[in-house]
Amino acid sequence: MRNLLLNPVLNKEFKLRFRSFKGFLGLAFYLLALSILIIGFIYLDTRNSPMGLFRPDQSRSMFMMLSFIQMGLILFITPGLTAGVISGEREKQTLNILLTTNQSSTSIILGKLISSVSFLLLMIVASMPIYSIVFLFGGISPGQVVTILGYYIFTIFAFGSIGIFFSTLIRRTIIAMISTYGVTLFLTAGTAFLYAISMSVNQMGMATNNPVPYFFAMLNPMMNLLGFLEPDAFRELSSQSGVGIDFPLWAAYLISYTIIFLVMLMISIRKLRPNMKVRSKE
Amino acid sequence: MIEIIDLTKKYGKFTALDSLNLTIEKGTVFGFVGQNGAGKSTTFSILATLLSPTSGTAYINGHNISKEPKTVRSQIGYMPDFFGVYDQLKAVEYLDFYGASYGISQSERSKLIPQLLELVNLTQKQDSYVDVLSRGMKQRLCLARSLIHDPEVLILDEPASGLDPRARVEMREILKELKNMGKTILISSHILPELAEMCDSIGIIDQGRLVAEGSVNEIQQRLRGEKLIIAKLYRELDRAVNFFEDQPLVSQLAKRDDGESLQFMFKGSVEEQVQMLKNALLHDIPIVSFSEIETNLEDVFMEITKGVELS
Ligand SMILES: Nc1ncnc2c1ncn2[C@@H]1O[C@H](COP(=O)(O)OP(=O)(O)O)[C@@H](O)[C@H]1O
Ligand SMILES: [Mg+2]
Repeated sequence: MRNLLLNPVLNKEFKLRFRSFKGFLGLAFYLLALSILIIGFIYLDTRNSPMGLFRPDQSRSMFMMLSFIQMGLILFITPGLTAGVISGEREKQTLNILLTTNQSSTSIILGKLISSVSFLLLMIVASMPIYSIVFLFGGISPGQVVTILGYYIFTIFAFGSIGIFFSTLIRRTIIAMISTYGVTLFLTAGTAFLYAISMSVNQMGMATNNPVPYFFAMLNPMMNLLGFLEPDAFRELSSQSGVGIDFPLWAAYLISYTIIFLVMLMISIRKLRPNMKVRSKE
Repeated sequence: MIEIIDLTKKYGKFTALDSLNLTIEKGTVFGFVGQNGAGKSTTFSILATLLSPTSGTAYINGHNISKEPKTVRSQIGYMPDFFGVYDQLKAVEYLDFYGASYGISQSERSKLIPQLLELVNLTQKQDSYVDVLSRGMKQRLCLARSLIHDPEVLILDEPASGLDPRARVEMREILKELKNMGKTILISSHILPELAEMCDSIGIIDQGRLVAEGSVNEIQQRLRGEKLIIAKLYRELDRAVNFFEDQPLVSQLAKRDDGESLQFMFKGSVEEQVQMLKNALLHDIPIVSFSEIETNLEDVFMEITKGVELS
């Protein structure tokens, strides 16, 4: 941890990123937009309700809406923030020099990962107080908000590691971007689609106790978010309803993405610098 | 000290570096000269642990580049031929970042950086953003960067390329200072005169091969008026050997692998060459053919010395 705080890459990138006023303007704008969205929602809702009240169940649906918007934002932005960090340095011809320093590959990769998503993390954390508007009206607990925040941060790092992976392995940023967005799209829309298909195959009774839908659901960040917010949403995945897996979906999500995260980072760290060993005979 | 042993690099089928052998003693300045594409940057990248060799190896101060790349990195200062800068950083911050990357403490960095800026004449530009510096200043800043961890060995890939004459002179002055500090310097250029004056010895590389090595004078001497001649004979090889051995202008006589021809270096005028051939025929030496081989070195030497004012 101490090492991480002294990470030169992280230090430098923080200095650059938080030096510019433009960044804070962007943050302020995001928070403003989010606030307007919430206030507009409450306004419309109270106007339509017969007694001019904002009820807890509506507060709850607003919380869900907000959560999905932020999740969508994370999945959309994270690949863009991370897929260019190593390849970009390669293209700007600064990577070579960095690689000849004493900094370990692990330190460079971690520094790059954390710094590249730092602004997004800040945006997400800074938006949490806005959620407190939702609290005022009830329907959700502070614990849920904290859980969602943790879930966001986890997802940012998991998908960020995929971006870093492609950025390290692929020379050109544009191709690394396309690959990262492609994989992200597969893990969000692709797995949802495959889940729906495999589920309907299950329900048509062609296969009983087929675990395939579970695996697709477990990889899908949006479905997992829904699972958090509406624990009953994926009841059909349990043993009573055909798929036959009682292991909680959120835990499967955490485990599978922890593995993805570790594998992505390990390969990136290994591949950042060339293996100097002479390959014996080709 | 740098030792390069049988270093070979292939890009697919193409051999960019072909069994390079070279030893550079501690405290000496070695100039690596060759045309564009000769393999200079390939060699330097391998030494800087940025590129893996296909075969062979090298040692920096006794540390193997393949087995101890981390130690090697801490002992070399490397300046690539093309490099970029983090343009939103100020010159001081730029050096500070790399200092931190070498694990130098904050307090040491703040002492060291002004000295380095002084050395490369950039004290006045310390608070300028790196992207507004001129090309020459950027090169000097990069040189200062390569010195930040006080490496004993410097590997500088065309540090003066793309600079105007004044900036080149300035760069050269700094390099001389580094030489006086006792650094072991490996420096490359595609033009010889740039290096001739400051190097203890030079190596000429062409198409991935080291074609000559020595002091500038030695190499020039070797080239002056000498040519390689191959004589193909019809039997009686030994009698021909005896004949050519007696010729005063012939040196390095050797039988070729084909078993029917001889090769030797001839140092003399065209008239003397004609006279020797006449004599050979008079002595009944059965010469089938007699041909001059242009040495590669000569071409290379012409190429790297032409068109540049010797300063
Ligand atoms: N990554 C690469 N892939 C294929 N060929 C390369 C690569 N890098 C260099 N080469 C080739 O290797 C040769 C040597 O290049 P280089 O070492 O850069 O030469 P120099 O620095 O002397 O100009 C050149 O012919 C170049 O085209
Ligand atoms: Mg080069």
